[in-house]
Amino acid sequence: MPTSQAPPRPGYRDGARAAAPLAVADLAFGTSFGVLAHGAGFGNAAAVVMSATTFAGSAQFAATSVLATGGGVAAAVTAALLLNLRYLPIGLSTAAALSGPRWRTALTAQLVVDESWALAQRQGGRIDRSVLLGAGLTLYVSWLAGTAAGVVAGAFVGDPARLGLDAAFPALFLALLVPQLRSRSRLLAAAGGAAVALALTPVASPGVPLLAATVACLFGAGARRPA
Amino acid sequence: MSAAWVTVVLVGLATFAIKAAGPLLLAGRRLPDRLQGALDHLAPALLAALVATEALGSQGRLALDPRLLGLGAAAVALALRAPTLLVLVVAAGTTGLARALL
Repeated sequence: MPTSQAPPRPGYRDGARAAAPLAVADLAFGTSFGVLAHGAGFGNAAAVVMSATTFAGSAQFAATSVLATGGGVAAAVTAALLLNLRYLPIGLSTAAALSGPRWRTALTAQLVVDESWALAQRQGGRIDRSVLLGAGLTLYVSWLAGTAAGVVAGAFVGDPARLGLDAAFPALFLALLVPQLRSRSRLLAAAGGAAVALALTPVASPGVPLLAATVACLFGAGARRPA
Repeated sequence: MSAAWVTVVLVGLATFAIKAAGPLLLAGRRLPDRLQGALDHLAPALLAALVATEALGSQGRLALDPRLLGLGAAAVALALRAPTLLVLVVAAGTTGLARALL
């Protein structure tokens, strides 16, 4: 496609703005992570350091609750790894957007989470670097601030699920999915991804359903007719 | 070092490596066309899986609960071309209200 009439390129601020509603939800869930980690025997510093260095909510919740229920370090680390392995294929898809010096690539890649990656999607599988980093940084700050608030405020904080904030995440992913469904091959990939994830949820370890769902992109690619 | 700190360090290092691996390994290289074609379909596949698991998954099981009502309300809002912020508020509000009432 010719790009002579491309709209103005979005910047970091557009990414931050797009992520703002989720930042509110992340603040609440970061707080509940802080509370959970506190109860699981994490010192205040360990909980905040984990949010700063791992920045992957589901993996942090999983590792912490394994420790809290007496599962041991090896089980906790394995649970987190399984949940984060989907960032391998996600990372391949962001490679073009994060090109540059190796140290900068490695650091900016840490701002990739499901939500920032999803917000940065552009036509044909391209990723917008500014949106990815602007959204990622916004979510990072709110996740970290929420965690700090959670370890300090502890039990004074309510459950974000009571406000329905857990429903904001599937709603966002749905809102970002709809414009992706422009062709038969993309519809197939989406149907395959959802089917694989749902089928595996009751039988596989947490993380495996999403990891396996990434393989569904092969269905879509296989179904695409050469133009 | 406590179990918590060992976990924090190991998970942190592993996550750093996993997140950095894709862009570092691929830096400046073109993928074979077939693999690139597959990656172009990663977004719909993974987004649909995230919708499904975040709405229906609950600690290793499938569960029907007010999140699904929220997602349904979000779908209606999307069909009416509501802005994304409103879609999220509708989803959270519907789910929170259903939890308070049911």
